[in-house]
Amino acid sequence: MDKFITHTGLVAPLDRANVDTDQIIPKQFLKSIKRTGFGPNLFDEWRYLDEGQPGQDNSKRPLNKDFVLNQPRYLGASVLLARRNFGCGSSREHAPWALQDFGFRAVLAPSFADIFFNNCFKNGMLPIVLPEDDIETLFQQVFAQEGYQLTVDLAEQVVVRPDGVKIPFEVDAFRKHCLLNGLDDIGLTLQESDAIRAYEASRQQREPWVFVQ
Amino acid sequence: MVAKTLYDKLFEAHVVTQRDDGSALIYIDRHIIHEVTSPQAFEGLRLAGRQPWRVGANFATLDHNVPTTPFKSAADIEDDTSRIQVQTLEENTRAFGIREFGIGDVRQGIVHVMAPEQGAVLPGMTVVCGDSHTSTNGALACLAHGIGTSEVEHVLATQCLVAKKMKNMQIRVDGDLGPGVTAKDVVLHIIGVIGTAGGTGYALEFAGSAIRSLSMEGRMTVCNMAIEAGARAGMVAVDDKTIDYCQGRPFSPTGEQWDAAVEYWRTLVSDEGAQFDAVVEINAADIKPQVSWGTSPEMVLPVDATLPDPTQESDAVKRAGMERAYEYMGLTPGMKISDIKVDRVFIGSCTNSRIEDLRAAAEVAKGKKKAASVKQVLVVPGSGLVKKQAEEEGLDKVFVEAGFEWREPGCSMCLAMNPDRLQPGEHCASTSNRNFEGRQGNGGRTHLVSPAMAAAAAVAGHFVDIRDC
Repeated sequence: MDKFITHTGLVAPLDRANVDTDQIIPKQFLKSIKRTGFGPNLFDEWRYLDEGQPGQDNSKRPLNKDFVLNQPRYLGASVLLARRNFGCGSSREHAPWALQDFGFRAVLAPSFADIFFNNCFKNGMLPIVLPEDDIETLFQQVFAQEGYQLTVDLAEQVVVRPDGVKIPFEVDAFRKHCLLNGLDDIGLTLQESDAIRAYEASRQQREPWVFVQ
Repeated sequence: MVAKTLYDKLFEAHVVTQRDDGSALIYIDRHIIHEVTSPQAFEGLRLAGRQPWRVGANFATLDHNVPTTPFKSAADIEDDTSRIQVQTLEENTRAFGIREFGIGDVRQGIVHVMAPEQGAVLPGMTVVCGDSHTSTNGALACLAHGIGTSEVEHVLATQCLVAKKMKNMQIRVDGDLGPGVTAKDVVLHIIGVIGTAGGTGYALEFAGSAIRSLSMEGRMTVCNMAIEAGARAGMVAVDDKTIDYCQGRPFSPTGEQWDAAVEYWRTLVSDEGAQFDAVVEINAADIKPQVSWGTSPEMVLPVDATLPDPTQESDAVKRAGMERAYEYMGLTPGMKISDIKVDRVFIGSCTNSRIEDLRAAAEVAKGKKKAASVKQVLVVPGSGLVKKQAEEEGLDKVFVEAGFEWREPGCSMCLAMNPDRLQPGEHCASTSNRNFEGRQGNGGRTHLVSPAMAAAAAVAGHFVDIRDC
């Protein structure tokens, strides 16, 4: 997994609540058996005027010029500013894969759906929960200032605004540790193989029916 | 002794190691696999040279991509990407020795219909699947929730997940449900009350006399949509109905093990005086048949309501969401729900494709015809076994005589990964779980309803109050 320590980047404002995973990456693109290549179809139904299909040449498709990510001032954005309950809906990890493939490294919102939130951490991407008032201020600042950038400092657990104001955020210690070091958590869990085997043995005694072949 | 909730008991019984930061390594008893969210996980195993930790814990089937018209093998699937995904699962299960109920197997079906039906999922288990509707299985007093593909790989490789305990929320529905009010209406009403993020961070326990009165299949419908209330997991405590449901299923214990299991399962209830972080109380008598009108499951109303006025909404973010929903849905504030015309009807999905759902739809359709203005009514059973039973009961004939289409099992038009989908602008009365933009096909407009309400809309050509039928 990619490390995440600190990141500074252009901010794109997605001014909608309840952005669901069907919107982030529509189902027809879930048929891929790869982890990469979802970026061109991120927010497909909002970004393009036609209906997208897997395997298309996306550079030839008509763009929805009104959609935020198609506006020239947000080209190259790597920090997504969003509204409450971002990532609700399905468990598809294709959603963080698509955001990451597009170039996003962090998503800031007042709240996230649980599964999406969890999936982000597995992919070196940082979802950050900030108070709704702070998010509102960030939206106003992004709209007001072209080229608006934020710095996300995971080690210090702060988002730094261009005016120097630091907004603190919470992150689980274990997830922070994994992101800072780019750790593969399967490898970490396998270090506890003995404990897993001991647990299995005791469960097998008590609930043998769980252990069907 | 400290009084514990059902969720506390389930979580604590699966802790392998507790970490200082509050997270724990928890053991996973069952891992259900389908073709969409598993290929990258199997690929990860291969790349790392790992094997599944406990092969027998895994149950695989095909559901999201399969056509619902008859076909014999994966080679018959026309869409290249769908076919490759189906074949990839077949190859992966073969290579790793994982049990799969594949094409042509009567047990094949939607993961969350297949697993309880087989007794693959039993009370007291932890159950995960790369699908957010895994919460369905919580109806059997399991801790069941969806996971992403990285965690699919993690479970395959280690039989564990790193998890932090969620908070406890009890949703009590007490009293008698009125005529025509089903499990689907109960859960849609709950989502209307607490909102799509109301359960975020919580494990939900559905309790109260109205939940007790539901069949096991009804409880599955309720738990299925816990995720639409923001909660990864929903559950119902064990009672006689739970035990009766589990008895005699292919992967259920028998003999002495059955007796021991039942003794343990009886303890899977929240203790008297157990503390919940939040409690929501709902009067069953307040629940009417529900219809969603917007593009989020919380945009839902009783069938006799009129559509809300966004200018009356004081929360600016919510108001903007409502305005966008009106634009997408092609509806106007003040309109009566019964004036919404339907172009297609979908009866199926992991929410409502079990035998009782099909019986409820058939009861409404019996002796009637679909309205001429309705282009298509799809009835898609949840599994091969549901299909077989429905045919033994003659339900298929009722549907066909009413002009409905009787199909093969799968996820179908719930998410339109196979050929079943809406055309832009079409309104659909759907027994599925999500009314997101484009969910049932690009530009499609979904209205979530119960099976009986869907069948009634198919006959009338617009939404009707099932209580008047």
